[in-house]
Amino acid sequence: MIAAAALFVTALFGAAVANAAEVPLAERKSGYEFMARETRAMQDDDTANPAMFSVLDGETLWQRKDGAVAKSCADCHDDARTSMKGVAARYPAFDAALGRPIDLEQRVNVCRAEKQQATPFAFESKELLALAAYIGNQSRGLPIDIADDERTRPFLQTGREMFIQRQGQLNLSCAQCHDDNWGQKLAGAPIPQGHPTGYPIYRLDWQTLGSLQRRLRNCLFGMRAVSYPYGASELVDLELYLMWRARGMPVETPAVRP
Amino acid sequence: MMRADGMWQRTRRRFLAETAALAGAATLGLDSHPAGATPASMQAAIRNVTGEAKLNKGKVKIDVPALIENGNAVPLTVSCESPMTQEDHVKTIHVFTEKNPQPNVVGVNLGPRAGRASVSTRIRLADTQKIVAVAQMSDGSFWSDEVEVIVTLAACLEGA
Amino acid sequence: MARALINVPAKAKRGEVIEIKTMISHTMETGFRPDSTGRPIPRDIISELVCKYNGEEIFRAELFPAIAANPFLTFFTVATESGTLGFEWTGDNGFSASESVNITVE
Repeated sequence: MIAAAALFVTALFGAAVANAAEVPLAERKSGYEFMARETRAMQDDDTANPAMFSVLDGETLWQRKDGAVAKSCADCHDDARTSMKGVAARYPAFDAALGRPIDLEQRVNVCRAEKQQATPFAFESKELLALAAYIGNQSRGLPIDIADDERTRPFLQTGREMFIQRQGQLNLSCAQCHDDNWGQKLAGAPIPQGHPTGYPIYRLDWQTLGSLQRRLRNCLFGMRAVSYPYGASELVDLELYLMWRARGMPVETPAVRP
Repeated sequence: MMRADGMWQRTRRRFLAETAALAGAATLGLDSHPAGATPASMQAAIRNVTGEAKLNKGKVKIDVPALIENGNAVPLTVSCESPMTQEDHVKTIHVFTEKNPQPNVVGVNLGPRAGRASVSTRIRLADTQKIVAVAQMSDGSFWSDEVEVIVTLAACLEGA
Repeated sequence: MARALINVPAKAKRGEVIEIKTMISHTMETGFRPDSTGRPIPRDIISELVCKYNGEEIFRAELFPAIAANPFLTFFTVATESGTLGFEWTGDNGFSASESVNITVE
């Protein structure tokens, strides 16, 4: 799997784009390792991690009958601890009906619309984040495993291109910080490598749970670049690439980050 | 801004200074400027607890990271040396800040049943500033500790 | 009711000093944050936590807006006897929440 992925990188990206070196697989570190000892302690203790409130909310929502057919997630998926084990580690995943990858939040909404015949939850809503946190928590400790095949490759390519393109008023690319200068300080804070291992996260800056898309929109805003609306295909392609870039790293959901 | 040269330069300098100050305030997330705590109002809040009694330094220890990643949730532990017996224990611990919008942070009642005079929580710090903890012992005496902490901000601030 | 998470050892020896960790879900709106029009959003915080051990108060805390969202408070108590630890949070706008855990002391 790793060898195939390495070949994929050199074959597809090697000569095509003059770009900065990717972080070698063995040198990848989770954002966890760049945090202060106390913030890590907050993530390590389920009774001190405020994100766990959302996981508990998600557990309740899992059982709640909803929609025109009055069905709950549990009615089809039973005990999430079994049925959802490893699922979040594979997302974003290719959706055959839509012909493109979708992320976990979008997948939950597809289920709501098609199986429960219920209104999809709004992006960043308490409910959607709670379900994403609950489902993600069932993959905690498992290695991220994003499919790299003919179907996903074009979208991985788009995501990678977004990652390395210079953009915005600062003419900065994601890669310049997160591939080239991780570990250095920016305005007093260490630059992490940008692996989305623990989403949705409790970000201290937000004082609440938030999705990867929220974080990406923050980054784009910080770079003074054009941002994308929630659910935009550009954001999902970037999510797909970032999760693939973090392949093999363990899921930490729900993580705490500064 | 069409004025004589001298006036234009002074005005421009002031404009730049004001913009810089606003930008500085904006990066701190303080879009409005409420009448914040000052060293004086913190002293007043402390005196509210101690009255006219002497405030001794010692016996109390504030544990807080020296460099704060994010001022929204700062882990703080205050502990006091005390045998925590009926005859000799910590009655209360109060925590204050000097530059938050208001000076009080938390006040706890302990007693011999506590076993250990140590309390931990997570607090908000608006800026680099001083934190003061005051403990009252069962004999009525007051003891304190103070620390100076540096608060940094996330490199990429949230917009919308 | 707001969710609360309590961490207390299920068992303790008589006389042992045990750590009690509490956390409750609440935004702790300070009253100093401006909304999109510039007006301050009204204060809405938890202002008190009381802990009782078999009905007897062993800990009381007064919280101010400077306490971070989802208030986390830890403290200690002497394990005297088996029974129940009760927690009561109260705050602005009639906020009230309670939680209790059992402890076995041998």
